Order: sequence, then structure tokens, then C-alpha cells
Amino acid sequence: MTLGTDIAQKLSEVVDTDIRIMHVCGTHEAAIAKYGVRSVIPPQMKIVMGPGCPVCITPQGEIDAACELAERGCIVCTYGDLLRVPGSKTSLEHVKGDVRIVQGITKAVEIARQNPDKEVVFISVGFETTVPTVAATLITNPPENFSILVSHRLVPPAMKWLMEQGEADLHGFILPGHVCAVMGYHEYEQFKVPQVVAGFEPEDILLALLMLAEQIKNGEAKVENAYPRVVTYEGNVKAQNLMKEVFTPSDVEWRGFPVIPESGLALKPEFEAYDAQKKFDLVYEKITKKDGCICDRVLRGLADPSDCKLFGKACTPRVPVGPCMVSHEGACRIWYQYQQKR
Amino acid sequence: MCIAVPAEILEIRDGNVALVDYGELQQEVRIDLVDVKVGEFVLVHVGFAIQRLSREEGLETRELFKEVYKAMEEADHA
Ligand code: SF4
Ligand code: SF4
Repeated sequence: MTLGTDIAQKLSEVVDTDIRIMHVCGTHEAAIAKYGVRSVIPPQMKIVMGPGCPVCITPQGEIDAACELAERGCIVCTYGDLLRVPGSKTSLEHVKGDVRIVQGITKAVEIARQNPDKEVVFISVGFETTVPTVAATLITNPPENFSILVSHRLVPPAMKWLMEQGEADLHGFILPGHVCAVMGYHEYEQFKVPQVVAGFEPEDILLALLMLAEQIKNGEAKVENAYPRVVTYEGNVKAQNLMKEVFTPSDVEWRGFPVIPESGLALKPEFEAYDAQKKFDLVYEKITKKDGCICDRVLRGLADPSDCKLFGKACTPRVPVGPCMVSHEGACRIWYQYQQKR
Repeated sequence: MCIAVPAEILEIRDGNVALVDYGELQQEVRIDLVDVKVGEFVLVHVGFAIQRLSREEGLETRELFKEVYKAMEEADHA
């Protein structure tokens, strides 16, 4: 595939200083690695990844809680990606119990209807892209034996936290196309830093990089949209309203991060009956285990997967040590997959 | 889990469900989050249409998504 040669050419003309751009989306990392985007951009430009995958940023305590539910006899329904993510003791793949892979919440509700004498819990992870699907389901009165373990996270609060730390020394952000498809991009105007919404074709990403480089060169800091085919300024308002009807922001921990204010979601009181954490009195343990995994630094844009001593050695997709090697959207997994081929 | 794929609405059924076409595969998805008509394109994520798309976008992007996700799936089963 001819990789946006014109754009790459233009990019090399515009970039004349060291620039670090962060993306916050696992699908972007997958596209960047697959098409070798890093090899066609000027050497001064570095693309680092942020906390872009909802699986990678789910803290171990929440994985442990999901495993506990299975051990206590619930039918646990989860996206396949979460299966191998290691908790502190075991994973959903290895725990003793009834764990079922579902494509989405609709199937989990169906399972609850078919098993009225069992408790069925859906492990509800995902960013703003996914949240409305959960909200839309909860307002349709799922059965009483159904509940969800709420593990949702929101992108802007994490970006805000990262910028406040200033540790990753970032000059701009590629904004996540599908999060913005739902949310629009007005929220991001609070950040006084160059930002461009990008799609998932290599040309989309290169175009976004070029727009960022131009903003940086001109000393501007605005939010631009390089993915107008899908993303509008307002986003999907119907979906946003449903989210607000069902959820309210809450302070939560991210794997590799401390508690970030208002970066998660909690069910509103009217929907509390569906909250598995309350229903089963689950306590999320804060776990800081030392196993050499540097996912926390990778998720903050401070290290590359290949900086990890375990990368490709003790840690592979088959025997993952950290979550970033598990998920399709995980940085280590993606690097492992594509560097093997090169 | 983060897959979002363009699909065409073939038929609207009862209970906020539509039959959509991904190219080779047809599937029922929920349409609670969008107002759509038959023949329109949507972006489908975890069994829900999450946004409407223009027809050209739908057709164009469908091929690319297929490629990327196929590569991911293959790696998973390797
Ligand atoms: S949820 Fe959306 S933004 Fe996040 S990694 Fe998946 S596709 Fe990207
Ligand atoms: S290679 Fe494995 S151990 Fe190292 S940071 Fe990535 S997931 Fe963690």
C-alpha cells in the first residue's frame, strides 16, 4: 500500500523540531503498527501511546472482583479480550466457575433471562464508545438476576491528569475517532494543546499528524477534526443523553495511574439494583504487585514496550505478564505482533 | 472489544433491532442509539449501532476495517 506519500513528504517539510504526539486509542496503535506509520514520519516526530485500551487500564482489583463473582457461583459474562488479563491471583480464563464470552451486553441479558435461578453479571468495561450501549440496555428493565460490574472509564479526565503531570512532555494529541463519534469533540476544547481527531486509515493518521505539526509550528492550540466522515462537533446526542440518564461521573483508579477525579462512572440511584459491586458487597483491593511489568509507564507514554525487560521473553501473548500484552488494543501485544513480522 | 464496523441497514424489526449487512455477514444489531432508515449506513460497536454514516464512508471504510481486524483475529488464534 502506498502510504500517503504526499502527506509524509509534507510532514517532513513542516517538522523541524522534536515533537512528541500521544494517541489515546488502542485501535490507533494497531493501525500505526500495522502500516508502519512510525517508519515514514520524520525522525524528530515521536508517537507515544497513552491509556487507550479499556482492557489495559482496568485495575487488578476489578479483575479480582470479577473472578470472585465466578467463584461465588455467578455466571460471569465478559468480552473475550478480558479473559486472559491477569488479576492478582488468577484470570477469568483460569478461575473455577461459569465464565462466558459475549459480544456485548445484549447477549448477557439474554443469558440472564434463560437462567432465572442464577445470578448473571456482565463485566462492563469500555470508554465513551461503549457506555451508551449499556445505558440503552439498563433502561429496558433487564431481569432482577442481572447486574453489571461497572468498570467504565472516560478519556478527557485521563488526558487532563496526564497534562497536569507534564511527565510525558507532550506537544499534541491524536484524539480517539470512535470515542468522538459518540461524544463529539467539544469537551476537548478545555485543553490548551494541539489536538486532532483522527480516523483509522494510515492516511487519516498521517493527515492528523500533519495538522498537529502545523499547529505546533504556528504556535496554535486548537481542536481540529481529520475524521469528518464519522465525527461531528456534537457527536451522537441521543447516546450522550442516555449515558447521562443512567450514569454519573465518579473518581476511579486506572491501572498504572492513581485515582483520577471524575474519570469513571457510577450508576445513578434509580439503577443501583443493577450494580454488582453493591449487590455482592465487593471490595476492590488496591494491588501494587512487583513483577517487572512496566505497563504503567507504557500507558503513560513514558516507555515503549521494547523498553521492558520481559517483552517477548517472559511476557508473550500466550503467557502475558501484564495487561498490555493481552488485549488486541494493548501496546505490548501490538508491538509483539508486528515486530515479529518485520 | 473495541471494534466498530460500518454496516448497512437492511431491515428494521421490532424492539429497536435491525438486520444489518457487513458485506459478507448479516447480523441483528440494536438501534436504540440512532434514528435510521433502511439503506443507511451505521457504525456498529458491541452489537449496537452507535452513529450514522454517509453511504460512501460506509462502503469505503468497510474494506479497511475488515483487513485490520482480520489481522488481529489471526494473530489471536495463531
Ligand atoms: S474504546 Fe475506542 S478509543 Fe478506546 S481503544 Fe477502543 S476503539 Fe480506541
Ligand atoms: S511486555 Fe509484558 S511485562 Fe512488559 S510492560 Fe508489556 S505487558 Fe508488562
